[in-house]
Amino acid sequence: MEAFKTHTGIGAPLRRSNVDTDQIIPAEYLKRITRHGYEDGLFKAWRDDESFVMNHPIYKNATVLVAGAEFGTGSSREHAVWALMDYGFKVVISPRFADIFRGNSGKGGLLTAQVSDEVTEQLWAYLEQSPGAEITVDLPTQTITAGAISASFEIDPYVKWRLVEGLDDIGITMQQLEQITSFEHSRAAWRPKTLS
Amino acid sequence: MAKTLSEKVWDAHVVAQGEGDTPDLLYVDLHLIHEVTSPQAFDGLRAAGRKVRRPDLTVATEDHNVPTLNIDKPIADPISRAQVEALRTNCDEFGVPRYSLGHAEQGIVHVVGPQTGLTQPGMTIVCGDSHTSTHGAFGALAFGIGTSEVEHVLATQTLPLKKFKTMAVTVNNQLPAGVTAKDLILTIIAKIGTGGGQGYVLEYRGEAVRNLSMEGRMTMCNMSIEGGARAGMIAPDETTFAYIQGKDRAPKGKDWDEAVAYWRTLPTDADAKFDHEVILDASTLSPFVTWGTNPGQGVPLSAVVPDPADFSDPVERTAAERALVYMDLTPGTKLKDIFVDTVFLGSCTNGRIEDLRAAASIIEGNKLANNLKMIVVPGSARVRLQAESEGLDKVFVAAGAEWRNAGCSMCLGMNPDKLSSGERAASTSNRNFEGRQGPGGRTHLVSPQVAAATALLGHLAEPKDLGM
Repeated sequence: MEAFKTHTGIGAPLRRSNVDTDQIIPAEYLKRITRHGYEDGLFKAWRDDESFVMNHPIYKNATVLVAGAEFGTGSSREHAVWALMDYGFKVVISPRFADIFRGNSGKGGLLTAQVSDEVTEQLWAYLEQSPGAEITVDLPTQTITAGAISASFEIDPYVKWRLVEGLDDIGITMQQLEQITSFEHSRAAWRPKTLS
Repeated sequence: MAKTLSEKVWDAHVVAQGEGDTPDLLYVDLHLIHEVTSPQAFDGLRAAGRKVRRPDLTVATEDHNVPTLNIDKPIADPISRAQVEALRTNCDEFGVPRYSLGHAEQGIVHVVGPQTGLTQPGMTIVCGDSHTSTHGAFGALAFGIGTSEVEHVLATQTLPLKKFKTMAVTVNNQLPAGVTAKDLILTIIAKIGTGGGQGYVLEYRGEAVRNLSMEGRMTMCNMSIEGGARAGMIAPDETTFAYIQGKDRAPKGKDWDEAVAYWRTLPTDADAKFDHEVILDASTLSPFVTWGTNPGQGVPLSAVVPDPADFSDPVERTAAERALVYMDLTPGTKLKDIFVDTVFLGSCTNGRIEDLRAAASIIEGNKLANNLKMIVVPGSARVRLQAESEGLDKVFVAAGAEWRNAGCSMCLGMNPDKLSSGERAASTSNRNFEGRQGPGGRTHLVSPQVAAATALLGHLAEPKDLGM
């Protein structure tokens, strides 16, 4: 995974709460067996509406999404993270993220920056006033700056460490194989097996 | 130290304790996989030259994008077919057992685990599907994961995780007649909101929960994710043990005694503390349905469509305004005056034998309302066989409904069973998101009983409206 330190890019204001993963990428796109190429499905139903904010050409190269609370609820599909990243997003800012979505983002290298409702509102107002304005997100210091706005954001310290270092989870766990094997020896024999 | 049910299960699976900010490494007892969230994980294994560590703790089924008609023929959609074929090839290459179309155990992954006896109390169970919380009904710690985590579990049989916070959802007294587990969980979600459970594992407790069947408990735990919780659990008891005993993969003989003795130690200790508690009085509940586009937007069936102006929270008000436009509803309309085009009975929430029996008992001897379409989709091939042995299929077909093969079907709009744009449905599934059941489709989440009454009357209704 690519290490994440600081990112500056165009912010897109998505003034909606409860953006579930079915909206981020509809199930129809989940039939594919690849890990890339999902940008065409991002917010598919909403993008069919001409007035949808992301259809403004200025957001074609947006990389920081500012969305309402409960972002990423619903289905566990990691395709939602892939679609956002394939489109070019590096960061999603929201007051609250659904647990599975946040976990998936941490694995894929998409930064989920949690801020207060007030900061979200300030960022929306700023971006709507100055469409195409940039936002800087600095992970080591956990700060967001945009115009005159400067705010801190929350992120799990372990996920932060992994993102900053660009570490792969499986590689880390593979160093604990001995402990896994020893745990397996202690499991009760009656625990069910799928193969007889 | 006194512990809750989830803490006991967690602590029994810690392979390596995390220090400071580092997560615990948790062992996984059962990994369920399906065609949609696994192909990229198997590719990852291949690219890294890794194996599946424990194929004997892993099992696959085909459910999300399989058709529920003509299952003896090749899948017509080439992209769906390629995905199902990828699952078969991956399983065969890595030695993972699979229940493919045509197998008696094939069906929705969360129906398969319990029916085979693989789902047992005190286990850790994961699957690349958010409704994995279903298995918590047995007192297992079960939760959905993403594809990267699927790969992690395939490779190591573990997951690095931080302990969940605990929330007790205590439901005192008894549910009135005609009020079901589905009504109860929809009420809870409306109360705590779609984000209320974030970071928590919910433990459902109290008299009303103890009185539920295993099917009812699964319906409740299934929708924990709709309240934002990663997992929902119910302490195992005699109802649980009776359900498991004799199942194919259940412990037998001396093993059974040993297992039950262990399972009896799992319930939350009397003096254990939860991080949060929510209390409900079951006796005040009634059939509950959704009017909006997230599962928290629900009201009693006897109520009217709410007016966004009545929401004090501006975010909720805006969400309600959007939802009413999408749902094409007017504030003040009685829910029971809403006519539907389609009724969907099925899904991992309500596709079990008890759900089919409940609906059939209402439909028996009656005809569907004019121009209304109903599809009945058993949760698994085994549920279908059981239902047919009881003659339930004939009840549905005689009423004018379609009797299908097992799968996720119309719950999620990724197989041929979909709503068309503008089509309105009463669905026993779990999500009423925009376009969830097909682009432009409109969903009202309901119990099997409400689904059946609605199918007969044409508008949202409960059995009482039929004089039952």
